[in-house]
Parts: sequence; structure tokens; C-alpha cells
Amino acid sequence: MTLTVLRSTGQGSWEKRILKSLNSMCTELSIPLARKRPVGEQKELLSKWNEMGTDEPDLSLFRPVYAPKDFLEVLINLRNPNYENGDSLSFRTHLGLIQVPLKVKDIPELKEFFVELGLTTGQLGIDDSTQVPPELFENEHVRIGQKVLAEQDGAAAQQYIRQGSPTALRADLWALILNISSQPEDILYYEQLKTNVIQHDLLVDSLIYKDVKLTASNDDYYFVFEDYLYQVLLCFSRDTSVLGHFAYNSASPPKSYIRGKLGLEEYAVFYPPNGVIPFHGFSMYVAPLCFLYHEPSKLYQIFREMYVRFFFRLHSISSHPSGIVSLCLLFETLLQTYLPQLFYHLREIGAQPLRISFKWMVRAFSGYLATDQLLLLWDRILGYNSLEILAVLAAAVFAFRAVNLMEVTSLAAAEAVLADLSTLKVMPLLQIFLFATVT
Amino acid sequence: MKIGTSTESGGGSFIGLLSTINGTLNRMSVQTIRNVFSVETGYRLSDDQIVNHFPNHYELTRKDLMVKNIKRYRKELEKEGSPLAEKDENGKYLYLDFVPVTYMLPADYNLFVEEFRKSPSSTWIMKPCGKAQGKGIFLINKLSQIKKWSRDSKTSSFVTQSTKEAYVISLYINNPLLIGGRKFDLRLYVLVSTYRPLRCYMYKLGFCRFCTVKYSPSTSELDNMFVHLTNVAIQKHGEDYNHIHGGKWTVSNLRLYLESTRGKEVTGKLFDEIHWIIVQSLKAVAPVMNNDKHCFECYGYDIIIDDKLKPWLIEVNASPSLTSSTANDRILKYNLINDTLNIAVPNGEIPDCKWNKSPPKEVLGNYEILYDEELAQGDGADRELRSRQGQSLGPKGGRSRDLGRTVLTTWK
Repeated sequence: MTLTVLRSTGQGSWEKRILKSLNSMCTELSIPLARKRPVGEQKELLSKWNEMGTDEPDLSLFRPVYAPKDFLEVLINLRNPNYENGDSLSFRTHLGLIQVPLKVKDIPELKEFFVELGLTTGQLGIDDSTQVPPELFENEHVRIGQKVLAEQDGAAAQQYIRQGSPTALRADLWALILNISSQPEDILYYEQLKTNVIQHDLLVDSLIYKDVKLTASNDDYYFVFEDYLYQVLLCFSRDTSVLGHFAYNSASPPKSYIRGKLGLEEYAVFYPPNGVIPFHGFSMYVAPLCFLYHEPSKLYQIFREMYVRFFFRLHSISSHPSGIVSLCLLFETLLQTYLPQLFYHLREIGAQPLRISFKWMVRAFSGYLATDQLLLLWDRILGYNSLEILAVLAAAVFAFRAVNLMEVTSLAAAEAVLADLSTLKVMPLLQIFLFATVT
Repeated sequence: MKIGTSTESGGGSFIGLLSTINGTLNRMSVQTIRNVFSVETGYRLSDDQIVNHFPNHYELTRKDLMVKNIKRYRKELEKEGSPLAEKDENGKYLYLDFVPVTYMLPADYNLFVEEFRKSPSSTWIMKPCGKAQGKGIFLINKLSQIKKWSRDSKTSSFVTQSTKEAYVISLYINNPLLIGGRKFDLRLYVLVSTYRPLRCYMYKLGFCRFCTVKYSPSTSELDNMFVHLTNVAIQKHGEDYNHIHGGKWTVSNLRLYLESTRGKEVTGKLFDEIHWIIVQSLKAVAPVMNNDKHCFECYGYDIIIDDKLKPWLIEVNASPSLTSSTANDRILKYNLINDTLNIAVPNGEIPDCKWNKSPPKEVLGNYEILYDEELAQGDGADRELRSRQGQSLGPKGGRSRDLGRTVLTTWK
């Protein structure tokens, strides 16, 4: 029920909106959605391939197609027209912004799901701190990790990484879990995408440039990797294999029509070729990966796999437990159930918690946490094959700063309390919230 | 003791501070410092006055004298038959080869030419001895580019070259480790409270300074200072300079990146080597330093890492810039001054230069003990070589608490 409803009301109209926005930008700026580059321009781009960050085109007229807050407005307005009075009485008392009654886990269920994060199990991010002698946990954990890699056991790797990955093993462990092995054909495929970029210019390229310049280039951790981001994202938009993920995504890729043939299906093409229109902050999905992989085709493969397995769920509407709608609902429910005083207070002062935490979850916390902490978090996303941990962390952050938040009297003040997450240690926060809070 | 008085908040470098009887900090000009230490003025610092410079710090901080002292130190160790001075089959020091091949000009001009001719395609970097912030530095790859220094040395055998015109010429490290395709160097802060016995501290929050332009060793780019010189004073005039992050990375970012892409052991070895070369450079100048008990000094060490993960000591600055280029920078430098003064002047009390200069562990702040000669000697000098060869002896003189838990003093 819910899937079709969401698909027709929510996702469908959202897609139309995005495409309309893209088309109008196209018309306003008189720039085609796609064009073939003249040979001179191709040569120039090829020579600058490793430093596209310099000599940027004039991007002042471009604006992101949408930002996370626009998307939040859409989610807030989702309704289930089949909703009946007798249904989920408890949901009627839900005071959050999300009004779609999806099933989400409660803390007892989360404790079971995330059992390896419990207090009696060793964790990287906690038990490798400088006060803990490495013989107690870390050394053995590293040894096991090396064994898992030596045996190339993907399932064991996924189980292992629930307790966090040692920094030196992370790149290989993620590749193992994501099933990336960098064969010659993979490198060739990447080179073909690169050729595609050289030969054709797409309107979305400018959107990608703009996004990188606005986000990663200004980031203390990721500015160094700016050029890698272009190399990955420009190729990504041309990668039609990404279209495959729409089979299990409730969204459908935006279509464009050859000039003059509007409505004629045989002249329809997906635009951009990979069917994904980037939004403000999109490049931050790639940036943290640059700390692990410095070979462009491998970096590309890892990112693509992360996207089609996880990240796409953060900006499309679906009823999947890892979809953004469920994550929002999970976050709000956790807060309302286990921190009711805080929740009511924030609601009273016009600071609905989701308005603050939404951007964290859409970006999987990239750009908000320190990189080493972010990588520990993403370890668990891979380990549990679920994004629910993002909602739990968001709730844990609110719990951590509850005392300060109780004293604020406006949304702006609440935002200020939660503006800087760069000093947070994610694993202790998660552990305390799930396993050490009296519920 | 309060810091941040109006005369020195937020600006300038640590040219001179003098703490006096009523606990105030007085800013001193360069000239005043010279007067304080000058033999002629007969000025004697009293017991409650301390100064943040050693009288002859230039033995370490002038580019030519630093190299001279290190060369002398190495020869001495070699003469003693110390295992530290061991050389490999090519005659290169195994443990003490951390300064690029360097000559003074015009004094060593002929020696330099001999070396240059051995590898004529090499690039060399010319640096004025007494300047800072990248001023006057240029790269050469042809002898004709430094004709000026040869003419002078040939034509006048007794002309006194004013120190301002003295240059050092070093083999340019043209294979720096690149990250994101860009060259960077490391700025590390080291506090020395006494040279004999040597007691020094390393600030945990050093940073990397990135060039705004992609690195290219091509000869056509030799004149492009934005490619080669990492000084912020230079880079901030580049087109792509960003005021938010200032082209700076924390050392912990560097560590995370290297561990993730190169592995934990080689990264640990790199950082151990960096600590090693800092201590060796201090040991090299310790015998010639005027170990005035009124003095302490916070140095800015510049280190470059090459693509084989070998660190090179480029230079040591006695007055590292304390201005800030970004918000994070301001916090870092504020804490740096705070922690430095907490170690130099314990408890915020009126200083007494006769104290034993052993601050309690709690006041270290973001500093860690890098080397404490007294503690080290207490364990026997022969441990030095054993630990240098890789056996970890565990912590002595303070266990470091930085990311990755390297023990700074596994060797002595």
C-alpha cells in the first residue's frame, strides 16, 4: 500500500518538480542540457584533467537544483490518503513533522539489531583510545582483521566491521564488503567514462562544479581532494550502469526528449545519463572516500557502489527502512519517546528537531563530523547494511546536548547549540544512547 | 599570569616578551632583546626575569649556521666512533642524513660547482641566510643562474660579505610527497626550556601548509613560487587561496590519510623519524648554545616529506608567525602561547630562573615531552642505539597522547 502511494504522490511529483527546475535553468541561461565539445576544448580539458579545480568557469548564474531543506518540505507534506481512523492510534499522537505511518524500530529492537555495539563488546572508536592498553582489545582486533582480509571473506568482513575497522585495513575491508576488485575491465570502463566527459559537456557538470566549490572546497578536511571530486562526479553522471539501481528504487530516472520530439518515447533519453540529478551537498558523499583511495578508478568504483547501495536512499522517497522517510520518522519517534521533555520544549519554541537533524542524515553526516569519526560511522553502515544508525546518532546527539537545548528559546539558538559536531565521538554517543540510558 | 595584553594580542611574532617583577608581560623590540643579551650594555637579567629567546639562537635558526652545526655534530660523532654516525655503502649517514646537501655561498662556491657537475640535471634552491617568509628564494638548474656568487668569490679574496648577502644553496627536494597532487610542508612547534640538559617539548597540534597550485617538477614551472614554496606569506597571494581553511591541514588529518593509504607501520616510522631529527638538530647545537637560565624558546620547525616517506629538515624559525590566517589558526596559536607560557612560567607565579625547569605533567596542555636528557641518562646511554634499531622500550619521560599513540621517546 504505502509504496505505491508514496511513489505516486510523493516521489512522482517531486521528480516532476526537480526536472522542471532543471529545464527552466536551462532555458533561462540558454544552455543546452548536453552538447558535444569542439575538438580544441576537448584537448584543453584533457590536459587539465588533474586540476579541474583551477580555472573554473563562471558559475555565478547557476544555482543548485535543490537543497536538503527543499526536500524536507516535500517529505513533511507527504500524506497517506488511505489513512483510516482506526489505524495506528499511537501514530495519532506523533508530534513530529513526518506524517506517514511507517514502521520503525524502538530501542529494544535497536539494541537487538545493533547488539555488537553493546557495552560488553570491544569497539574501535572507544576501546582503542589512548587510555586503554592495546592488549585489551585493539591488537587482537587488528589481527582478526588481517586474517579476514587474507582469506578474502566478505561475509566475515561485514560482521567484523561492526566493531569498527583499523585505519590501515579500512580501504581493503570496504572494497571487500562492497565487492570491488579493480580488474582491468573496471579501469577500462572508467577510462571510457572519462572519454565521454571529454567529448560531451552536460549542464549538470556546471552544477557539480558549483557544488564542489560551495562545499568540499571550503571544508577543512576535504579541500585537498577537490580535483578528485570532479574526476569522480563528472564520470558518475555519465555512467548509465547506475540506472540499474532504479529497479529497486521507488524513484524513476528523469527523462529528457530530443529537441522537437517531446512526448515521443523513442526519442527519450535519461538525463543526466545516470539518472541522478545532484543537489546541494552531493559531492560530500565522495569526499570522505578520498582519505582511503587515491587511485581515481578505484575511488570511482567504491563511490558508485556506496551510492547504489546506500546513498540513493537518502534523497528519494520510499518506504524502505533505510529510506530517508523512515530515518526521519525513526529519529522523531526516538526523541519523542525517550526524550519527551526535550522534544516538547523544542516543539514549543518552534524548533522541530527534524529541521536541524535532517541535513545531517541526508549527508550521512559527511562534513559535520571529524573525518576519523565519520569513517567509524560509515564502518557500521557497511557492517549492518543499514542507514538506521544515522537516525540513532542524530537522536544521540540531541540527547548529548539536551541540557543546553533545554535552555534555548528559538530555532536559531537551537541551531547554534548543534552547529559544531566536529568534536563529537560517535561510538560513545551511540553506546550511551542505546545501551546506557534508562528508558 | 595573564596573556593577551593589548600589546601582543593577535598580532606579530614572538619577537620578545619579558616578564618582570609584578608579573606583567612587556613586549620587547628586536633591538631591546639584543641589548639585553649584548655584552656591551652590561645588562644582567635578574632572577625573576625570563625571556623567550636564547641569546645565540641563530646557531639553530640561521640556515647556514644550522647546517654548519649539524655537519660538525656528525663529524664529532663519527670521530668518537658512535654508532649513530654509521654510514651506508654509498657514504650516506644512516641515521643523520636529514638535511639536504647544502653549501654556503659564496664561501663554498667551488665545492658546490663540483657537486653540481656530478648531477647536472638536478635542481637547487637558493635561500638568503637571514630572511624569512620565503623572501628572496629562487630555484636554479644552471650554473649561469648563480654567476653573481662565483664572480664575487673569484675576484675578491678578502672582501667581507655582509651577512645579508650570504646565501645557502641546497639540493632541491623535487620529489615531495604529494596529496591531492599538491606539495605541502609541515610546521611543528618545539619548545626548549633548557639545552644542557636538553629538555624539549613538541606541540601536538602542528599543521601542513599546502600550495594552492598543483605540483610540477617541470623546468618551465621553476619560477612559479605558488608551486614550490609553501609559506603562507606567499600562498595567500595566489588566485586560489581560500580564507576559510587557509590551505592548512592538521597533522592528525595527515596521519589519518597516511595510515589509511600507506599503512600504520610506515606512518609510525615517519613520525618517529620526524621526532628523531628534531631532537638530533637540538643536540647538534646544544654544545654551542648559551644556555642562559633565563631563557626558553618556542621554535617553528619546517619539515618536508618526500615521496619515499622520508622527512627532511628544511629550517628552524625562532620567531614563528603567531598571526592567524583562519579561525582555527587563531585558536591554535592562542593555545600555543598559553601552553608555552604555562610550561615556561609554572603556576602563573612570578618566575624564578633557578627552578629546575621540570613542570608537572598537568600543565603541559597540548605539549608532549619530546626529549628529556636527564630522564634519558638515568636509564643508561647505551639504550640509545638499541631502541634506534627498532626495539620499543616503552615510554620514558612521558608517554605521548596523540592520535595513533606513538611514543615519542622510544629512543634516547
